[in-house]
Amino acid sequence: MNKFWIILSHTYMMRFKTKSFMISTIVTLLFVIGATNFQTIMESFAGDSTDKIAVIDESGELFAPLKEGLESTNDEMELVAYDGSEADAKDAVQAEDYEALITLTLNDDGLPEASYYAKTIAEAGEQTAIQQQLQQLKVAVATQQAGIDQAKLAEIYAPVTFNAIALDKSAKTGEELSRARGIVYAMLFLLYITVLVYGQMIAQDVATEKSSRVMEILISSVSPVTQMFAKIFGIALLGLTQIVLIIGVAYAMISVNQDELTGGVFSYFGIEGASPSLFIYAIVFFMLGYLLYATLAAMLGSLVSRIEDVQQLMMPMMFLIVAAFLIAMYGLNVPDASFVTISSYIPFFSPMLMFLRVGMLDVPVWEVALSLGILIGTIIIFAIIGARVYKGGVLMYGKSNSLKDFKKAMQLSKKD
Amino acid sequence: MTLVLKDVTKRFGQHTAVDHLSLEIPEKEMFGFLGGNGAGKTTTFRMILGLLDITEGDISWNGDTISYNKSHLIGYLPEERGLYPKLKVRDQLIYLGKLRGMTKTEVETELVGWLERFKVPEYIDKKVEELSKGNQQKIQFISAVIHKPKLLILDEPFSGLDPINVEMLKEAVVDLKEQGTSIVFSSHRMEHVEELCEHVCILHKGNQVVQGSLREIKRSFGKKNLIVHADIPLDFLKDQPGVIMYKALTEGCELQIENEEVSQAIFAALQGKGFIRKFDLEEPSLNDIFIEKVGASYE
Repeated sequence: MNKFWIILSHTYMMRFKTKSFMISTIVTLLFVIGATNFQTIMESFAGDSTDKIAVIDESGELFAPLKEGLESTNDEMELVAYDGSEADAKDAVQAEDYEALITLTLNDDGLPEASYYAKTIAEAGEQTAIQQQLQQLKVAVATQQAGIDQAKLAEIYAPVTFNAIALDKSAKTGEELSRARGIVYAMLFLLYITVLVYGQMIAQDVATEKSSRVMEILISSVSPVTQMFAKIFGIALLGLTQIVLIIGVAYAMISVNQDELTGGVFSYFGIEGASPSLFIYAIVFFMLGYLLYATLAAMLGSLVSRIEDVQQLMMPMMFLIVAAFLIAMYGLNVPDASFVTISSYIPFFSPMLMFLRVGMLDVPVWEVALSLGILIGTIIIFAIIGARVYKGGVLMYGKSNSLKDFKKAMQLSKKD
Repeated sequence: MTLVLKDVTKRFGQHTAVDHLSLEIPEKEMFGFLGGNGAGKTTTFRMILGLLDITEGDISWNGDTISYNKSHLIGYLPEERGLYPKLKVRDQLIYLGKLRGMTKTEVETELVGWLERFKVPEYIDKKVEELSKGNQQKIQFISAVIHKPKLLILDEPFSGLDPINVEMLKEAVVDLKEQGTSIVFSSHRMEHVEELCEHVCILHKGNQVVQGSLREIKRSFGKKNLIVHADIPLDFLKDQPGVIMYKALTEGCELQIENEEVSQAIFAALQGKGFIRKFDLEEPSLNDIFIEKVGASYE
């Protein structure tokens, strides 16, 4: 068996068998199952009990339309006309016979007014619903008094017709855009999480091997370059396992709950019906992005001599990916901003931002090619520098002082 | 399979760690590297293994450069012990063995044999961090030899071991040599080198101070040690011509003398002075040679 595969499978299996990996995967899966069944779970908790609300209608004409309006939009509330005095009604609310009490009156102008009494007024949901109904009622009464026809009124309140049409033939239609936004968002998030979690893992693994000094034995039997990439791909495979597992479970859950969810979260992400080329771009940019950050992480990991120092040295890399993510989040709304365009050529940002632009805008092929070229070039340069730092760094022990160590490691791997 | 180092120099920036080192390590022999701390032993080993690039000069093994495609023929025990602390001995050795071109079953058979030889068969399913330092050292040693290397490099193999374990490991090393492995090893402990090696090399600050067959070195060193045990005062021997060093012992004294002839004069001088229990002329020990050669360059 090739040594690359020996290291790759060792890296994979060692991580796969750890408790922390098992637990984090299981917790994530439980979360996914919970999230995909959110509606069902919420409904089972809500139950079908309705809240009874006592109404004392002093005007004599507001109760019926209010009850009708409210109960048609909200099936969790029931308005009940109360025959007793206001004081009795308040006592009844205190005794929890009713959820709340509303007194309805007409003011001097003949417009409805209301007071709401409840044990606490912390729960705003019911108040707002009643207030809205009452507002509509008030508008109806007021317009009637002013002599405005109800049909006219409906016309006034109807939403304006507004169509956004792109004149450029190749520009994305609104529908395409919202689909693309979903995929872009998903990919950005996935890359962000992947780099954070698995980049950390790579650096940690390298640092462990270095601090336990097993590294010297390893690099005496396998070249540092082979070792570095075997590690990067081993962890990538691990990440893939986890992601496939999570997406698989999520997909299965969504398929089961399809009817309930369509029109909800699912259509926002618009997974169905997006163009296949966008998927290919997503995969290409994702892999290159991972490779860039993973190489960087392996290099940083090889510089420390104690595991505790990993965090500290990883900070700058973390800042880069967080910055990329923030720019991308901003760019989702203004994909054609000039600094988004510029960032899409900077290798640390390009996996996220060029993909965002490809998804949201109509980017000429040469621009994508240029960005990819810069990205691949950077990865190659990093791999070369990384391998040298790796070779020198793994033989270097002592206090970590990032920049000085970097130079020292480069020097150690040189001929003189 | 002779290992040849020709004018090997290693510089780290301004600092020269190894300066024009030339050696020939014959096949099926044990070659001892001696030197104080920072003498350049580990750097030399790392260059032989290809972990460090050589600044100048050339290292060849059987006429070829050593590269990763020969790693299954080479065994290495680094000075700083390195094993995965959280990994079980079995998994550890399977991984390292595979990287040296072995199959899983080969590793398992060999490993059981070695653990039994070292009288620790119960450690096979223990994590390395649970073992004592000496026992970790045994595992480390097994990891260096499990693939039956043709060239074995041992950097301070006996440090941190009790005398019984030192003997156990020494025997293993001698067996390997007899089975045809060329062994290069370094130590601070002169007696180990004296006992095991035919050829030695003393390094000091990157320079080769002494090199050659142990017997030759001792013979050409010239100076001898003379031990005298007697009931009479021996102070006067200090002033005898040809005596370089005088050291009083409880039962007599130990002298370092310029050459064999001096002992004759001393023997004559002692005649009739009283009862002499012991008069022993010895070859100089490696320790004496080391102190003389390395100590001299300190001055």
